[in-house]
Amino acid sequence: MPAVALKCKECREEYELGASYVCEHCFGPLEVSYDHSALGDPAELRRKIQAGPPSIWRYSDFLPFDRRPPTGLDAGFTPLIRSERLAERLGVGEVWVKNDAANPTHSFKDRVVNVAVAKAKELGFEVVACASTGNLANAVAAHAAAAGLDSYVFVPADLEEQKILATGIYGTRLVAVRGNYDDVNRLCTELSGEHPWAFVNVNLRPYYAEGSKTLAFEVAEQLGFELPDHVVCPVASGSLFTKIAHGFEEWLELGILEGSLPAFHGAQAEGCSPVAQAFADGHDICRPVRPDTIAKSLAIGNPADGVFALEVARRTEGSIDAVTDEEIVDGIRLLAETTGIFTETAGGVTTAVLAKLAQRGDIGPSDRVVVYNTGDGLKTLDAVRDVISTYDVEPTLASFAETVPLTTREHA
Amino acid sequence: MAVTVKIPAQLRALTGNESETEVEAGSVGEALDAVYARYEGLRDRITENGELRRFVNVYVGGEDIRFGQGLDTPVGDGDEVTILPAVAGG
Repeated sequence: MPAVALKCKECREEYELGASYVCEHCFGPLEVSYDHSALGDPAELRRKIQAGPPSIWRYSDFLPFDRRPPTGLDAGFTPLIRSERLAERLGVGEVWVKNDAANPTHSFKDRVVNVAVAKAKELGFEVVACASTGNLANAVAAHAAAAGLDSYVFVPADLEEQKILATGIYGTRLVAVRGNYDDVNRLCTELSGEHPWAFVNVNLRPYYAEGSKTLAFEVAEQLGFELPDHVVCPVASGSLFTKIAHGFEEWLELGILEGSLPAFHGAQAEGCSPVAQAFADGHDICRPVRPDTIAKSLAIGNPADGVFALEVARRTEGSIDAVTDEEIVDGIRLLAETTGIFTETAGGVTTAVLAKLAQRGDIGPSDRVVVYNTGDGLKTLDAVRDVISTYDVEPTLASFAETVPLTTREHA
Repeated sequence: MAVTVKIPAQLRALTGNESETEVEAGSVGEALDAVYARYEGLRDRITENGELRRFVNVYVGGEDIRFGQGLDTPVGDGDEVTILPAVAGG
């Protein structure tokens, strides 16, 4: 098995591959460590990947399993779409949208949960759980249902109705906590010490986080085993952002990819921007904030991997920016109008930050950029309710002519 | 003032498996000092050079002490101080 241990990111202490996430010596986060020395040469690895299943499991050599137990629902292999219209609008060389809304529960969280639920089964857990801002709730409830495990899903009580309904339908025990996400997370951290459950983003977090690497692998494979010049990715806890960088690095080290890491650009909402603030202030740690933004899936005021996200952005000469709620809605519209992809608020944040980077000249006509769309617009309909209107007519030609303006593009 | 300090699962090997302990304290810092005095080895686990390690969160009544006055945050009779790992979630 290529995964050999859990290793502390702070003090490098090693632990066996069990359900733990915190270093007992320094409280630092644990991460899966691999021994890739038995893998083949790069050309052989590329061929093996290309012959794999159409899911994240084509990258199983880089995921923490010997023999993965089947779980019933697989994630990944989502489209990478080149948008000439968005590139033209922004004055950027190439814009590629990684559309991870095309996952089973319509967000990138299917990847991390696919890995975590398989690990929960392997370790003998019968109950999975999570603290969620919504997308993770959908994924945990669905993957637990498919795997035949019981589940508890904890969400802030003010979550979007779409995300509540699309979680409850899978038959989970859905717990609405009176508080914000950071309160939910604290409660789950406490509960994980009291119950023998697999909290995917608490005691199984080292494995869960590995699932995000597949968003690096897949993009690289879809670009013909090449790297983009820039990536733009939302930052909530900072885990996804950090792990995409980690995935590219793993393949660079193994020679599957050549070149250097892209510039990593993080995207936050101004109403919850502890990482962007620390980046702007030149700080190494993030001061927690109380979130107030329409981008609820990014509303983590106390980001667990904030320090690592800062490190990645600085090391790759990238950035971490924040945008207003108004810019988020503009971002949702821009992506929809140029690519035909309807993204949720987090994708609005990401697209708005891409537009900002292009305006600032940080990304230009000679650059290839990949933008990560992490969720589906149908999950956050309230965000766009006020900016969409209809022409209301009687079913007559006269009423139509009176009410609806004519387009200037009449000729077929 | 009697304050309850809640011990995370990761530190219970040092507390004889106790999940909470009651101490007399007027601030979070005093409450933690009292806990360090009671259980050997606990101070080194969660502090470094006299400061809380960066992956340790401390709460009073569910509120992160960084929203208050850090270790100087006052505590009163019946308050709960909770120590937790910071690396969960997201």
